[in-house]
Amino acid sequence: MKNRRTGNLAAAPHVVWSILFIIAPLLFVLYYTLTDPEGGFTLENISRLFTGNYVLIFLNSLCLALIATVICLALAYPLAYLIASMKQRRQKIVILLIMLPLWMNFLITTYSWMTLLEDTGVINTLLAKIGLDPVHMINTPGAVICGMVFCFFPYMVLPIYSVMAGIDPKLVEAAKDLGCSDAQVMTRVIMPLSLSGVISGITMVFVPSVSTFYISQKLGGGSFQLIGDTIESYFTGTAINFHFGAALSLVLMVLILLSMAVMNRFTDEETAMERRPML
Amino acid sequence: MKKVFSKVYLGLIFLFLYAPLIVMVLISFNSGDSTTQIEGFSLKWYREIFRDHGTLQAFRNTLVLSVLAAVLATVIGTLAAVGIHKMRSKRLRSAVMTVTNIPMMNPDIVTGISLMLLFVFAARMLNLETTLSFYTLLIAHITFCLPYVILNVLPKLRQMDKNLPEAAQDLGCTPLQSFFKVELPFIMPSVWTAMIMAFTLSFDDFVISNFTSGSSYETLTIHIYSMIKKSVKPNIYSLSTIVFFAVLVLLIVYNFTDSADDRRERAIERANLRRERRLRKERGELVEE
Amino acid sequence: MEKHKIIELKGICKSYGGEKVLSDISLDIYDNEFVTMLGPSGCGKTTTLRIIAGFEHPDKGSVYFDGKDITALPPYQRHVNTVFQKYALFPHLNVYENIAFGLRVAKRPEEEIREQVKEMLRLVNLSSFEKRHVTTLSGGQQQRVAIARALINKPRVLLLDEPLGALDLKLRKDMQQELKNIRKQTGITFIYVTHDQEEALSLSDRVIVMNAGEIQQVGAPIDIYNEPVNAYVADFIGESNILDGVMLEDYKVRLAGHTFDCVDKGFEANEPVDVVIRPEDVDVVAPEKGMLTGLVTQVTFMGVHYEIIVEIDHFKWMIQTTDYVAPDSRIGIYIEPDAFHVMKKSEYSDLFGDYSSYSFEHELLSENVDEEALEE
Repeated sequence: MKNRRTGNLAAAPHVVWSILFIIAPLLFVLYYTLTDPEGGFTLENISRLFTGNYVLIFLNSLCLALIATVICLALAYPLAYLIASMKQRRQKIVILLIMLPLWMNFLITTYSWMTLLEDTGVINTLLAKIGLDPVHMINTPGAVICGMVFCFFPYMVLPIYSVMAGIDPKLVEAAKDLGCSDAQVMTRVIMPLSLSGVISGITMVFVPSVSTFYISQKLGGGSFQLIGDTIESYFTGTAINFHFGAALSLVLMVLILLSMAVMNRFTDEETAMERRPML
Repeated sequence: MKKVFSKVYLGLIFLFLYAPLIVMVLISFNSGDSTTQIEGFSLKWYREIFRDHGTLQAFRNTLVLSVLAAVLATVIGTLAAVGIHKMRSKRLRSAVMTVTNIPMMNPDIVTGISLMLLFVFAARMLNLETTLSFYTLLIAHITFCLPYVILNVLPKLRQMDKNLPEAAQDLGCTPLQSFFKVELPFIMPSVWTAMIMAFTLSFDDFVISNFTSGSSYETLTIHIYSMIKKSVKPNIYSLSTIVFFAVLVLLIVYNFTDSADDRRERAIERANLRRERRLRKERGELVEE
Repeated sequence: MEKHKIIELKGICKSYGGEKVLSDISLDIYDNEFVTMLGPSGCGKTTTLRIIAGFEHPDKGSVYFDGKDITALPPYQRHVNTVFQKYALFPHLNVYENIAFGLRVAKRPEEEIREQVKEMLRLVNLSSFEKRHVTTLSGGQQQRVAIARALINKPRVLLLDEPLGALDLKLRKDMQQELKNIRKQTGITFIYVTHDQEEALSLSDRVIVMNAGEIQQVGAPIDIYNEPVNAYVADFIGESNILDGVMLEDYKVRLAGHTFDCVDKGFEANEPVDVVIRPEDVDVVAPEKGMLTGLVTQVTFMGVHYEIIVEIDHFKWMIQTTDYVAPDSRIGIYIEPDAFHVMKKSEYSDLFGDYSSYSFEHELLSENVDEEALEE
């Protein structure tokens, strides 16, 4: 009985904090969405979403984020498998090396990518040296996807790797003992078991990709707008409009929470959250 | 064949991951003003860091903010983890966990603007002149660090034998004493990890800071962003290079002294075993186990 | 000499989430005795122990210590200490500091602490281990540290929750002996919880047999073995053949189609009863000399003796004999009058006692299932 009371007390500051700074702000997003600058109720912010090219911007963002996520998964899955089958000590080092770029500021690394991808940038200079024609890369959707993959790739590798490293090697032996070929071991044992890692990897790459704004600004050169850029412009740009910005954010949030809810049907939510990479 | 393939694959991935970092290091040593063309070697941008007061101030601001945010988030988060761990009502626990997870699930941009709207509204209600300040930034940083702290400490608490605090109380500790003498020492390693993680998250954050910081308190990322809008100076690359190598050294120390400790412990263990076995043999006892 | 009552439980009830774990437990424990609570997993023995320690609070009923009501006292204000099942040693402290923990909390002078810890280390034979880290110790050594840590507070009562459960058989036997010695040296009351009936019988002054949250029987080991009150106790303690019988009159019991002389009395005429016959009390004789005859269906060599299953009148008996008997042979059995133990019918009648489906694996399996069920 005593434990129970002290237990709840210990969590109290956090609960109060969460109500004030997690729940209340989200309610304000809703409040601003449904009001005009004078504070009156309106649905105009929502109906405005369907005018202009906002729907297109949303689709564009979803599309780019989806492509980036798929590329990350395709690259990360074999990599995670490769790492998980290395010797313990090497695993530790390789994972450390994959995490290392995360410690670098994304703004700086994104800017470095500009240097690499520009028409007169590093890559095109190197291409010219071996006698190839320059390729136009900067300010294309491809450049934005490249930036997204770079920024969020480690978040795909880590959860998949940690699930794979946790698979008991005896399971693989057991599968072989029961007549599985190497390929069957992969499809029947390792893939199903690593699914939860894949799911959390996907959410961890997709969510920041779909909402990014500096990557698209720098590598997309403002030639096309993503949802993140649009939202940002209504809050810090020149055409400030909190109310419509809130409406855009609300839609973004609902979209993401919906897709996460769908994802989480595949996996136990609590453990998936805990599998997020931690140092 | 397989080995060659995997080596090449690994190599390509690393090339991709490290190419921008290599560019960053190269430009930091560039003698020209350009951040795209490499002209020659010089250390002038490293010297420039110490003359650029704006950047230095932003760096100091970031350090102060990150340390404060990390410490406060760790204190609140650790207490919260202990509280959540002790909650008996499953419904209450899952409700608290769901709310806790929101800042991790939500895109940073939404977390950022939701806090901004709260601050704007609160400032208008309270008739404050400045809406966004150091304090709003601190609140925002603590908020997004909290879930990471809690999710780091909670599994360690679950690992703890639940008899451990009971044993402490059995031996005369009040629940509070038992927390400080037994539970806290047990979870301390993950509390430290959580704090380091919170620090790096806070130090690196740009998106949320972008919406919750005012002009009065500029962090390094905000400073860089405002610079990039115009044109970035190579001394930012030099600063980043320094930070990068500092992190690298720290990580190496952290990871490898750790294993050195392990090794020492194992050696002691082996020595003890040997001594024991010898003693037993001398006494003519059987070697058990 | 009048025995001093040190702990008294009165009408303890406890349920978890609507499920009754203890129903109306009343129990007296006296100074300087070794009491064992014995029962299968989930019978409520550990909960009872935790209520005495103060980790759980009864829904109803009271706990008295030395005549004073301590039901509401938190664990740290009780003069009892616990040795936990998985030891619960503090992993961040070494052996010395683990043992010193209680005294440090009580803020005793350093000098005293050192002396006491040394003495405790001597008591549990770990004198050279004080600097060792607890995680580097073997199970048996950790067990000793746990005992020393609990004893240093000089409790009036030591509570032991399946303390030997994690040790292998040989170490278990050694530790049992050691526990006996420690108790003799310290004179502290031990309340011991186990599901191992052999351990209970060999260690204790008194055994409390529990099942399904109720006390079945309390008594000296020998009385519990020889005079079980119902079929449950008879089956749980040792092996037994439990047959339906009818008490014709005092000293005459009829079962398996025969009337036998026995030493029990005080039943009504023709009262249906349960009759316990221990496997070792049945003598194997030639068929023509037997009181009953039957067919041997299974013979298992057990080392000291053979365990044979004999079918007599559609009931399978277990008999322990030192002489070899061939399977499928007919044998006769002979039973002395004092080998019959007659019990009143109870809720447990007909649930136990027939060996028709008996096998070792089966027993092992069901034990494992029980343990898993306990792990919440």
